[in-house]
Order: sequence, then C-alpha cells, then structure tokens
Amino acid sequence: MKLSQLKIGQKGIIKEFTDLAMSVKLMEMGCLPGEEIKLDRIAPMGCPIAVSVAGYQLSLRKKEAATIELI
Amino acid sequence: MKSNIKVALVGNPNTGKSTLFNLLTGLNQKIGNFPGVTVDKKLGLCKLADGQIAEIIDLPGTYSLYPKSADESIVLEILSNKNNPSFPNLIIIVADATNLKRNLLLYTQIADLRIPVIIALNMIDLAEKSHLQIHINHLAKLLNVTIVPLAARKNIGITELKKAILHCPTIALQYPSIAIENIATALIAEISLELKIDNPYIALQIAHQHKSLKYIDKANHPLIEALKAKHHFNSQKAQAQETIARYNYINDVLADTVKYPAIALEENISNKIDHVLTHKVWGLAIFFGILFTIFQSIFSWSSYPMALIENLFVGLANLSHAYLPQGALSNLLVDGVLAGLSGVMVFIPQIALLFAFISVLEDTGYMARVTFMMDKLMRKVGLSGKSVVPLIGGLACAVPSIMSTRTIENWKNRMITIMVTPLVSCSARLPIYTLLISLVVPNKYVGGFINLQGLTLMAMYVLSIVMAIVVAWVMKKIIKSREQGYFIMELPVYRMPRWHNVGITMYESVKTFVTQAGKVIIAISIILWVLASYGPGNTFYNIDKKYQNNKFNNFSVDEINKLKAAEKLENSYAGVLGKSIEPAIKPLGFDWKIGIALITSFAAREVFVGTMATLYSVDGDDTKIEPVRNKMAKARNTQTGQLVFTTATAFSLMIFYAFAMQCMSTMAVVYRETKNIKWPIIQFVYMLVLAYGCSFVVYQVLK
Repeated sequence: MKLSQLKIGQKGIIKEFTDLAMSVKLMEMGCLPGEEIKLDRIAPMGCPIAVSVAGYQLSLRKKEAATIELI
Repeated sequence: MKSNIKVALVGNPNTGKSTLFNLLTGLNQKIGNFPGVTVDKKLGLCKLADGQIAEIIDLPGTYSLYPKSADESIVLEILSNKNNPSFPNLIIIVADATNLKRNLLLYTQIADLRIPVIIALNMIDLAEKSHLQIHINHLAKLLNVTIVPLAARKNIGITELKKAILHCPTIALQYPSIAIENIATALIAEISLELKIDNPYIALQIAHQHKSLKYIDKANHPLIEALKAKHHFNSQKAQAQETIARYNYINDVLADTVKYPAIALEENISNKIDHVLTHKVWGLAIFFGILFTIFQSIFSWSSYPMALIENLFVGLANLSHAYLPQGALSNLLVDGVLAGLSGVMVFIPQIALLFAFISVLEDTGYMARVTFMMDKLMRKVGLSGKSVVPLIGGLACAVPSIMSTRTIENWKNRMITIMVTPLVSCSARLPIYTLLISLVVPNKYVGGFINLQGLTLMAMYVLSIVMAIVVAWVMKKIIKSREQGYFIMELPVYRMPRWHNVGITMYESVKTFVTQAGKVIIAISIILWVLASYGPGNTFYNIDKKYQNNKFNNFSVDEINKLKAAEKLENSYAGVLGKSIEPAIKPLGFDWKIGIALITSFAAREVFVGTMATLYSVDGDDTKIEPVRNKMAKARNTQTGQLVFTTATAFSLMIFYAFAMQCMSTMAVVYRETKNIKWPIIQFVYMLVLAYGCSFVVYQVLK
C-alpha cells in the first residue's frame, strides 16, 4: 500500500521508496523506513496532504506521497 | 566595538533561531513562523561577560547541508570554506527539543565539518510539558558537546548560552558521527589530494555540490566531474546512504538519552485548530473572511489617525503662511515640500496596519496553512503553494516578497511568481486607491455594516490578485521547463503571535516608508514645484501682461489671480510636459495634469498623491488651505468646464496604477534575483501594455 492510499486517521509504517530523488528529500525530513506515519488531513482541493511523522506534521503532494510504500 | 569571536546560528526552520538571534543581539529583524522567512544573512553583536563581544551571524534555516532552495545553499558555502569572511569560530546549532531526531540530522552534518559546536536545545519547556524526558547530561557526553537547554520565547537560558559561548573550545571536540570515507573512499581521497582538502566530509560535499559552491574555481569542475565518473559516483545514492547512516547513529544516541511518553498524548491543540482552519468549506471561507476583515479594518481603524495627520499638516501650512515671509522660498516650502509630504504621510496608519496583519498571519503559522490549502489551485496556474506567501506579501511590498521567492525550489514556479508578484496591489497603491475612491465612491453602508468604499478597495485588491493569477496561467503556457517541482513542507504548530515582534514590523515598515519614500517625494516635489512655477521663455511675463489688460477690469483681484495661476500652470514646464503626453493618455480619460503625475510617479507610485497635492496647491487659491482631496474634487477641465475626476477617469486611473510597473526598486530586485536583464524588461513591457489596455476599456465603458 502507498501513503497516498491511506484514509484520514489511518496509520502505516514506511517500508521503502519508489523514487530515489524523492526519497533523499523525504528521509532528510524524517520519513525513514520503519517510521510510523499517519494521515492527518487532506487539503480542500484533494491535494496536498498533511501527515504526522517523526513527531511533527509534514505536508506533501499526493504524487510525492505515492512514492512511499507502506507495510 | 570589535568582536573577539564569530558565532554562526544554524538550525532547522521553526526552531526559534531568529527569536534567539534577537535575544542575543538586541538587533531587530523579521521573524516568521513560515519556513524560510530568514532569507538573507543577518548580523548582530552580542555582549558577553568580561566585556567580550561576539559577532552573531544568523544563517537561513535549513534541514540539511544539501540545499533544497537558493537561500539554503549559503549555509554550506560559508561553513565549508575557511577563507570565507563569515567563517565562524563557533557554530550554535539551534535544535527543537520536541523534535530532536530530525534536528540532530543537521547537527551530525555540521559536527563533521570540524568547527567547534554548541547545541542550543530550544523549546525545552514544551518538551517537558509533553512529558518528553531528555537526559541532557548523558546526551552531551555521548556527543561530547556542550548542550544548553533554552526556552527562547520565555527568555530562559540565554545567560547560560552566553556563558557557553565565552567558554567555547577553540578546536572541534565533538565526536565524529559516521564513517564518511565508507560512502566513497577512493573519490574522497582523490578530491582531498587534488584540491588540498583536509576534511573528508567537505571533500564529499564538494563531490556533490561543487557546481553551486562559489569558492570552488570553475577550472576544477571538469576535474571533479571526471573523478566522479571514474569512481561511478551517484550523488543521490550516496546522499541516501549518508542520511540513513546518520539516522542510525542518531537512533543509537537517542535510544539511551530520550524517553518518549508511554501513551500517545491526546490530539494536540494545533490539530484541533486545523480541523477548522483547513476544513474543506470553512477553511477557504475563513481565509477569505480574514482577508475581508483586514481590508475593512484598514479603512475603518485608520480613519481617525488619518484625519489627525491631515489636520496637522493643514495647521502647519496655515502657520507657515502666517509666519514665513512672502517669497519664492516659502512658496517652495509650503506648496512644494509640505504639500507633497502631507499627501503621503497621511497613509502611515494604513501601511502600519497592513504590515501588522501580514506579520501576525506569518508569525502564528497560519500562512503555512494557506500555502497548504492553496497549493493545488496555484499549481494549475503555474505557481506553487509557496507562491502564496510572496503574493500575499505583495500586498505590503513587492520588494521583500520577490526576495522571499527563494524558498520556491522549482525554477519555473519561481520565475512566474517573480513576474506576477508586482501585479498584486502593494501598499504604495493604497494612497492612490483611497484618494480616488473617496472622490467618486460615496461613504455609505450597505446592509448595515459593509462600507461601500471599503468594498471598492477590496474589489481593487481582489482584481489585482485575479490578474496576477491570469497572467501566471498565460506564462505557464509560454515558459518551457522540464524541471519537476515538489512540495515537502513542515506545518509548524500554531503559536501566539509575538506582539513585540508585530510592533517592530509596524515600526520598521513605517520607518522605511517615511525615509525611503519621503526622500524621493521631497526631491520630486521640489523639482515639480520648480517645473510648475516657471515656464519657457517669457511666457509667464506675457501672461502677467495679458491680465493687466483693461478687459479684465470687471473681475475681482481674486478671480484674476485664479485665472492667472491656472494659465501659468498650463504654460509652465510641467504643463508643457504633461501636454506633450496628453494625446497618448486622452483615450484613458486622463488630462495633462494627471499626465504630469504619471511622469513623476514613473519611478515610484508613492509620488502620485504628492504630485497631485503640489499641482493643486500651485493652481489653487492661496486664501484657503484645504486637503488635496477637496481640491481634486473641485477640479474642472479648463476647456470643457467638466469635473476632472469623474467616476470613469478615477476608475481608469486606479486600473492603470494597479497594473503598470512604476517602481524602480522592484525592477532592481527582479534583476538581482533573476540575474538577467531580460526579466525586468519583459515585466515592464507586459505590465505597461496590460495597464494601458485595461484602463482604455474601463474608461470607454464607464464614460
């Protein structure tokens, strides 16, 4: 399952990334394999999304969230 | 004062770095809750005990030494080059105690640069409140670094931090974090050898970023590229490997030193607020509600102080006329300088209010939510959610807003944002709008509470933003780029605005406006007064002579003076100038007097009101001193006898000022940010064409 497929309030654990360039940026921001990630909110127009990860809130676009595979 | 030690402040965005900088130096700078408000390097001096002075450099907030945006790259540029004039003796890493793991990533990178380091562990009060246990002494021992717990907002720990700066080591004592050489052993060795670099991490960073580091000689680029190819160096893979290794190290360190609360805390307040503020329907409604309130308040709250300033200047002019000796010099002072200044100073309350509102929106963290909500819409027109901040900032002034576009990573998004930001109505247009609206829109309330003038003003602002979006969409179709944009942004927790900070923003904005605009306005007022008071050859002599003719015997002295003044102005240098462009602006409903204002406000819009004030003072009758608004309201065309400022002319003029690029400072900053003269020229031309076209349509329709 991908991060972009989570429902609001649902949690997942990061397994791997499907895009190398994106993974570098996401990991710097604390999205690491093994981290728990929760979908908090979706923006009014359906994108971007806000997730809780590594103790803070991060927003990213759906397309970017689709590069994160969850366990 | 000479500093003995150079200290650099480094840290993630939203860690309170700028607040700490203010506390240490007492120097004022803009602080915001939005990631990346600190775009330029900020300097300040800090007094330590023993009379020692430290020079503090506030570097842009960044999550890592691999920059995502233009302003972040300055951090590595300074910290990896011993010869850089800003190279520090000590780095203070400002880390958020509530989010230690992510904050320590930057620490481990900085630690490997082998510069002495202190960790300022900020927001320790918030960490305690959420039952997060950090064993600071143990952590300090594991890293072999001084850690000072802080609560910068509450002014706790500052004395201890100053002590730590005073007693900082002269060489880097912190333990190295990871085995850098393992990432690219042979490449690091060869780069170190070729470029004579003694630090393996800097050698690795050069492999990654040599093209964007200015201190690396261009001649070395092919060599470094060749070495990278030889050793099959994949920048992204190496970076991923490094980041994972660093987090493994951090996890080991934190495992023994930080205890997270056993049960997950109830949903925090920020999240609850966001349920409402970023709600599908309410979120957008509240956003527009906030904008609406801002514009209503600007009009209603500022009316009293504005009347006060207006009366003050009328009083001053009366006094000057009563006590100054008659003559050219006092005329210049009263009709030129004083009239010009009063026309503009009146708007201080409105400008202060606008800046205060924007500062509160940024400081509370609400601006980041606006970015979040608007991203999809913005992307459709070739912008990014992050463009919202410069666009809203454009309501105050385009110059700092264009500088803040550096946080936009994608080149095309950034260029389009820069190109359209000056279309958003800035505070310099506010005086023009208010003046013209008060001339032609009645001061009435609709539905009991909506002020018609306020509504018109808001319509002007909405129109300017809509136009910015339309132009952005057109540019999206024109500008070609294959670069992919992304939007990975921290949403900071909501915080109360720091009122002290809002006060400083108001004060600074007014100070800049008064000194910068004031200087230009005084200079142009003087030139204009001279141009309007003298004419070519002996035209003025001839006019004087003409009115001595017998046929004017039936007129009173007052009437003759008035007729004379009007004819002199029309034949003065200014009049000739205005008349020469009259054919071009007549289709827009402008007469030659407005033409003069267009010419004088070519470099800065603020001058318009001052020009009007000066022109109508020269023209007006000396026995009555009135605010410029009243003079303009009575102005009539000398040929047709009709009112000059009809609804059609006023709106056409507002549209012209809304869309035309009449600001030298903006053009200068666009050139500086794009580094290509092409962009400010394109911008100037398209805005002029747009302004002329729209004004033409408005005048012809309303006429």
